[in-house]
Amino acid sequence: MSTATYPMADTATMLRRNLRHALRYPGLSLGALGMPVIMMLLFGLIFGDTFSAGLGGGRGFDYIDFLTPGILLMSIASGTMSPAVSAAMDMTEGIVARFRTMAIFRPAVLTGHVLANVILTIISLTLVVGFAIAIGFRPNASFGDWLLAAGLLVALTVALTWFAIALGLTSKTAEGASNIVLPISLLLPFLSNTFIPLESMPSGIRWFAEYQPFTIIIDALRHLLLGMPMDSSNGWLAIAWCLAIALVGYFWAQKSYNKGTAA
Amino acid sequence: MNSATPAIDVTGLHKAYGDKVVLDGIDLNVAEGTIFALLGPNGAGKTTAVHILSTLITADAGEIRVAGHDLHSDPEAVRAAIGVTGQFSAVDGLLTGEENLIMMADLAHLGRREGRRRAAELLEQFDLVEAGKKLAMTYSGGMKRRLDLAMTLVGSPRIIFLDEPTTGLDPRSRHSMWQLIRELVAGGVTVLLTTQYLDEADELADQIAVLDHGKFVAQGTPAQLKRLAPGGHIRLRFNAPEEYTLATQVLPTASRDDDALVLQVPNDGSVHSLQALLSRINDASLEVDELTVHTPDLDDVFFAVTGQPTANDTTDQKVMSK
Repeated sequence: MSTATYPMADTATMLRRNLRHALRYPGLSLGALGMPVIMMLLFGLIFGDTFSAGLGGGRGFDYIDFLTPGILLMSIASGTMSPAVSAAMDMTEGIVARFRTMAIFRPAVLTGHVLANVILTIISLTLVVGFAIAIGFRPNASFGDWLLAAGLLVALTVALTWFAIALGLTSKTAEGASNIVLPISLLLPFLSNTFIPLESMPSGIRWFAEYQPFTIIIDALRHLLLGMPMDSSNGWLAIAWCLAIALVGYFWAQKSYNKGTAA
Repeated sequence: MNSATPAIDVTGLHKAYGDKVVLDGIDLNVAEGTIFALLGPNGAGKTTAVHILSTLITADAGEIRVAGHDLHSDPEAVRAAIGVTGQFSAVDGLLTGEENLIMMADLAHLGRREGRRRAAELLEQFDLVEAGKKLAMTYSGGMKRRLDLAMTLVGSPRIIFLDEPTTGLDPRSRHSMWQLIRELVAGGVTVLLTTQYLDEADELADQIAVLDHGKFVAQGTPAQLKRLAPGGHIRLRFNAPEEYTLATQVLPTASRDDDALVLQVPNDGSVHSLQALLSRINDASLEVDELTVHTPDLDDVFFAVTGQPTANDTTDQKVMSK
């Protein structure tokens, strides 16, 4: 009997399965889609003037422009909750035990979760950009800049989703999985330069914010979309972070998935 | 795979979790196209054995060949030959029955048209045509179990593992499951099933292994196993003490229970020996209040080989009662 593997076909089958889940059980994905838009409107329209004034606005400083790249990362971050929870829930179901006894491409099951989340996150990012433009976001970027920015956002989405799934798989329950990704979905966006520049932070937090990947990637996005100045090494650093997170997440997640089974 | 190769061939299978030994050196050999039943109480190691043979977990030691492939060195070849229906439902509740089957067809790479044809065929065969468009999470236990088995069959596996296939099913679903299993084997498939129901093993299996505390305590055909049990008997109950006393004289070989006015007469349960007994009762004009035939069943075997009774009631058949 043939034991040829079909990586693309099997991954596509799993992607279809996960997209159907997102449609049939929309609670998780709707929350992830809506939250960043609400943050965008909340900070952009309600707190924006105060923040902007506090940060020396008025002298050509537009808070919506400053805010939007960070909110894009926040969409990616809050979007990691749903795949972490659904992958963890999946593992407790008989269906994954069934998949593990079948001759299918091993990484397909988890890759299906990742790709489904990448698609949902791209929708979420598009919504955020749409609302941002509606309330005054005025990027100053060429088509090439937009492409690079989009590439960076997708790369971070793939990386964080793998990492979140790896974290989710360490817990046995859906609740556990949703708690364990909180550092990604809350801490990284807030303890970064999303809402305020690093200079206005207390020193301890500032040190963390300065070196964590979100700040670096937000810097790169502000540079690409708004032409703001950036340390030239930060572009490469942003890519390196995405790659590192993706690799750790991927191998960790696969290891958890295959744990205990015959090779 | 030629027919001389056993479908499943296991020697010296060991598995322990920490210092808790779950499987303590079991050997088993399942011929192609037969049903093999692993029989044992909860916690005997049945599910662990199925998990190992279906590549879900690894063994600590043992030679295992499934469908002619070494499980340790070529698990993918084993996976391609087997189908597994576990103890807990392995259907995707957020997909419809039909989508579940098509997903299996896609994973078996049957191709779009053939996949749909196979899904429709299985919905028909498992009486799920109407339910096919509904989400599997809305199915009853019996329907889920049928869908589960149908999903296992999509890729036409040659060897099927069924872990307690009828646990929790109502009697009617249980019988239809038995019928489905028999049809599979008639088609040349090999089945290894686990069960804690003795009548199920008796009903279905060609070979039975009784598993207790990780070891086989008995192995053989249902008939061979029954021979291990104490012989059958006929139980006669009397209402009147004088009739009972008379009967003890007419039937001197019977074992007596004077308080209950019950006699147990050794008997193999055949029509001939039953007739002989009845004519002796007739000739002596004994007033027997109740007569029951007790044939040795797997309950007796289980008790004989493990020293523990099972949860099942004895299956005495009442043949006449006054």
